[in-house]
Amino acid sequence: MSRTIVVAYTPDQFGQAAVEAAVAEARLRDAELLVVNGTRGDALVDDSFAGSAQLTELTARLAATGVSAEVRQVVGADVGDLVVEVAQERGAILVVVGVRRRSPVGKLLMGSVSQRILLTADCPVLAVKPD
Amino acid sequence: MDNVNLLLDGLGAAASPENLMYAAIGVILGTFVGVLPGIGPAMAVALLLPVTFGLGPTQSFIMFAGIYYGGMYGGSTTSILLNTPGESASVMTALEGNKMAKKGRAAQALATAAIGSFIAGTIGTLLVAFCAPWLADIGVEIGAPSYFAIIVLAMVLVTSVLGDSKLRGFISLFLGLTIGLVGMDLNTGQPRLSFDQPLLADRLDIVVVAVGIFALGEALWVAAHLRRKPLEVIPVGQPWMGKEDWKRSWGPWFRGTALGFPFGAVPAGGAETPTFLSYVLERRLRKGEEFGEGAIEGVAGPEAANNASAAGTFVPLLAMGIPVTATSAVMLAALQGQGIQPGPQLMSEHADLVWTLLASLLIGNALLLVLNLPLAPLWAKLLVIPRPYLYAGILFFASLGAYSANLQPFDVFLLLVFGLLGLTMRRFGLPVLPLILGVILGPLGEKSFREALIISGGEASGLFNETLAIVLYVVAVLAIVTPLVLGALRRRTPTDVEVRA
Repeated sequence: MSRTIVVAYTPDQFGQAAVEAAVAEARLRDAELLVVNGTRGDALVDDSFAGSAQLTELTARLAATGVSAEVRQVVGADVGDLVVEVAQERGAILVVVGVRRRSPVGKLLMGSVSQRILLTADCPVLAVKPD
Repeated sequence: MDNVNLLLDGLGAAASPENLMYAAIGVILGTFVGVLPGIGPAMAVALLLPVTFGLGPTQSFIMFAGIYYGGMYGGSTTSILLNTPGESASVMTALEGNKMAKKGRAAQALATAAIGSFIAGTIGTLLVAFCAPWLADIGVEIGAPSYFAIIVLAMVLVTSVLGDSKLRGFISLFLGLTIGLVGMDLNTGQPRLSFDQPLLADRLDIVVVAVGIFALGEALWVAAHLRRKPLEVIPVGQPWMGKEDWKRSWGPWFRGTALGFPFGAVPAGGAETPTFLSYVLERRLRKGEEFGEGAIEGVAGPEAANNASAAGTFVPLLAMGIPVTATSAVMLAALQGQGIQPGPQLMSEHADLVWTLLASLLIGNALLLVLNLPLAPLWAKLLVIPRPYLYAGILFFASLGAYSANLQPFDVFLLLVFGLLGLTMRRFGLPVLPLILGVILGPLGEKSFREALIISGGEASGLFNETLAIVLYVVAVLAIVTPLVLGALRRRTPTDVEVRA
């Protein structure tokens, strides 16, 4: 079985940073990428769920890197849990996540996908900030 | 002209700061609920019913009128940007509107929809101001047998013309009529369908029925289908139109208005037929050119038609006391809650209320144009509100409203029962409108029915002794039979062909 790196992706600068870091890691460790884009699916429109145009662009960009990659979109109650589940299912060696600067109060109010992943994932987690 | 003076007086009354505030609240709330699919103006008005008991009739009607028109505007925004019609009247708008948006012309689509709605709403309201008093004059002369026939006709037309399945429509209508029977018989004082429950014998509160069916039913339905893949919204800036767009839009606006108003005004109700006709007409006039790829005429025409028809529904509501849309049905219930008996005498007995209402429709319409053109991008942002937050709020207000109507915990239990009924109806595709019409028109119809029979001494012939009544029954029978016969004749040819021709 080939080694997998899971990327928690959102179509913004944070997801962009995560993908870049993951591509570099995948080259180092000779692993394939599994890009996961999740949503709670409880609003009519979710900006952090990639639309068809954004997906095409993402796959094109991934193909250009030469790393074998797969994109998966998932819907569930907690996006962090969804990413961790996918990682467990594939026995991932690493999860890469883009983190945003958010105060403790902000975390309390808005929740945090990255925090959820950091706390519950079985494998090492790489947290990246966009530059 | 007498009507012009009355309307000007109404404008004077409606322009007081307090009334203007209610108009503004109405249009903002209306646009809010119109933008969000699943939450329509009917639900908003039902949720606000208890609030109106604290307000005067004029203020509550000004607010409701704003919600009604605002809902229409909001619905078009969702249709165009999301390709998800907020309500049935916007289905046709979505066809061309979303194509326009995908081609990067969302701003123009929204602008033509908003300006077209404004023009159609204004012309429609002016037409109401001239038609309704005239119709009410005739209405006063109408006897009980004919009034009963009108109610029967309205129920038959609304049930058979709207929606795909007549069977489902009539099931829903009879459910509504049955609910309307529960409680004390107003003529004899005997309890009916009350199962020896004193609380049921007191008649069901329309607030509880309407809120249960619209708000709780929808909330349960959404809860059962909570997680869905998010839709792609098309980002939009400030709506505007170029010279070419204006040139192409004004024709469809006026043609749409002309088509929409009569359909709203006769109790055939609904904006579905006129919006469809307007779409087909514009497509023919353009010889199909650009249609299917985002033709601005396909947005301008149907949008004007649906607002003109919304205005038209005020004619039967004000002149006869007969509602033909879910929203106007709930508004009628609000009138009854204020102790005002709807019917032909409304125009003469509560003239100031009627004219202030018509004037505030004009004001509300203008407010909507002012609000919607600059705020469209903001309204689109509403779509990111997670459903649980939204429906938690709705459930809170629904329970509060049901309880505050009579301060009876039993009403909250009834609310739950009607909420489950609303969920079941959505599950089996039963339309909600015939049920609400049945609940509200049923008792009114029964009253005229009994009156006619008392006059004739219990002879059934007493129901047919007016020419108007017989004509109306013939129309009602034709409305049911004609589609059946035509359907049988056409069974061999595919019906789709003529729809697309």
